[in-house]
Amino acid sequence: MTMREKIEEAAVRYPDRRSAIMPALLIAQKEHGHLPGPVLEEVADILGVERIWVYELATFYTHFHTEPIGMFHLQLCDNVSCMLRRSEDLLRHMEDVLGIKKGGTTPDGLFTLSTVECLGACEMAPVMQVGDDYHGDLDVARIDALLNSLRATAGRVVGVEPASIRPSGE
Amino acid sequence: MFDPVLLRNIGDPDSRLLSTYEAGGGYRALAKVLHEHSPDEVIDLVKASNLRGRGGAGFPTGMKWSFVPKRNDKPKYLCCNADEGEPGTFKDRIIMERDPHQLIEGLAISAYAIGAETAYVYVRGEYVMAIRHLEHAIAEAHEKGYLGRKVLSSDFNFAIHIHCGAGAYICGEETAMLESLEGKRAQPRLKPPFPAVAGLYASPTVINNVETLVCVPHIIMRGPDWFRDIGPDKSPGPKLYCLSGQVRKPGLYELPMGIPLRELVEDYAGGALPGRKIKAVIPGGVSAPLIPERGLDVGMDFDSLAAVGSMLGSAGVIVIDDSTCMVKVATRIIEFFHHESCGKCTPCREGLDWAVKVLHRVEAGQGAPDDLDQLKALCKGIFGNTFCALGDGAAMGLRAALQHFEPEFVAHIEERRCPFH
Repeated sequence: MTMREKIEEAAVRYPDRRSAIMPALLIAQKEHGHLPGPVLEEVADILGVERIWVYELATFYTHFHTEPIGMFHLQLCDNVSCMLRRSEDLLRHMEDVLGIKKGGTTPDGLFTLSTVECLGACEMAPVMQVGDDYHGDLDVARIDALLNSLRATAGRVVGVEPASIRPSGE
Repeated sequence: MFDPVLLRNIGDPDSRLLSTYEAGGGYRALAKVLHEHSPDEVIDLVKASNLRGRGGAGFPTGMKWSFVPKRNDKPKYLCCNADEGEPGTFKDRIIMERDPHQLIEGLAISAYAIGAETAYVYVRGEYVMAIRHLEHAIAEAHEKGYLGRKVLSSDFNFAIHIHCGAGAYICGEETAMLESLEGKRAQPRLKPPFPAVAGLYASPTVINNVETLVCVPHIIMRGPDWFRDIGPDKSPGPKLYCLSGQVRKPGLYELPMGIPLRELVEDYAGGALPGRKIKAVIPGGVSAPLIPERGLDVGMDFDSLAAVGSMLGSAGVIVIDDSTCMVKVATRIIEFFHHESCGKCTPCREGLDWAVKVLHRVEAGQGAPDDLDQLKALCKGIFGNTFCALGDGAAMGLRAALQHFEPEFVAHIEERRCPFH
């Protein structure tokens, strides 16, 4: 399906096409990697809505990137539960290993490193989201193994379901 | 011994599949209401159970449903709040990932009760696995006639749509969620009108949390008396507690409402980490004021926690031990609210910016002698003066940290360093 077809399919779920702007932006971002001005304008044109409506959502919600990001977006949670499980040590380690600061992208375009507010997986803190997948119970060794595995799979499709969910109450 | 109800399936590796859900009696409650009860009777059953909303505020669910006008030509909507952005909380994610049919059945029964034919499940965008499993479950339910036109050969038509959030905590506030669903920036609306009268697309709308909705099929099958007999009279029922932080066995626990916080933390979650002592516990996500260790003998229910100046909130229990600097915890909490403030109203937008700056300098050992007075004044200026509860949550959290751990704040200022570093 083309991007337009996917957006049209999303739009039929709502009585008002303005409601489809967020789903459309998620579709467009998946397609283009990020959301530069011309893509935002294309989304507005497909939905037949005001361009400013699309711009204001793209800049309000943190999941939308108007600037390019790396192939792998490392989103480390540093909210209270993860902080209490020493996520800041992991951030420092990743900054050292990758040679970038929080918010930066490696020169090879492979990794963007961010901290994020709660990922809603506090039972396996500290937690990081990479693409669609959660990685929990992290320590330095697991971070290193994960970064190596991401490097090895660079260029290939990622998206396996996370296997790091801990059984309830354990 | 309490027998889990809401989490009864999740140990099964195939818990997310329709076949597993049906084998455990799934969708019988939906068939029962469609063939044996009128919508008003369903509302009466839920009212009789005294189910209170599990999203944080604890409003009686049956009463909320009864506010939807009967005579109204506009379509009615049911919205499921699955945004779950409250730090310390992960219960709804686990239900959606592992037992999505339980939510679908709860949605269908609730929609029938209020007269809605469309439901939107607003799921936070990070929950990719939950979204996938929910999508799959919706497709399975359609296939078997639990959703779609003439559900189970009744006159009830029902469709569920998933709407993905995009990383804004404020979407958990019900009117901000409606704005977001309408394709706008998620900023809260002034109430009244309340959503039950003019909500999504100005139509009558009910917004319920995931955990609230999954209680409904059990109330139908087991009866309101079963539900009301669990836990305290005024906040009954099974409850999902999320345990995290510096505790031996973090995880999701289903136990009766009203269980003492100390029992939850020490007996079920295994107590403090080796060699450490519990210093404080946040009982209901970071919006809930923390409770120092000496206060842990409190029941985990809406009224008991309110009586000690805290709240059940989302039941996201975060345990803090004696290795942790409370100024740092308070700073991180206020940083969160500052980051997530939607910017609509000045006390929250500006007040939290100011509070973060003061807290940063206190934590760094560069605090001024009157900084604590400044922080207290900021709490006073924010609390009760904002459109929604985000500002209140921030002010209450900071106020509790100052109230119970003021000597740590003072030590930072007087010693000009963090005593924990």
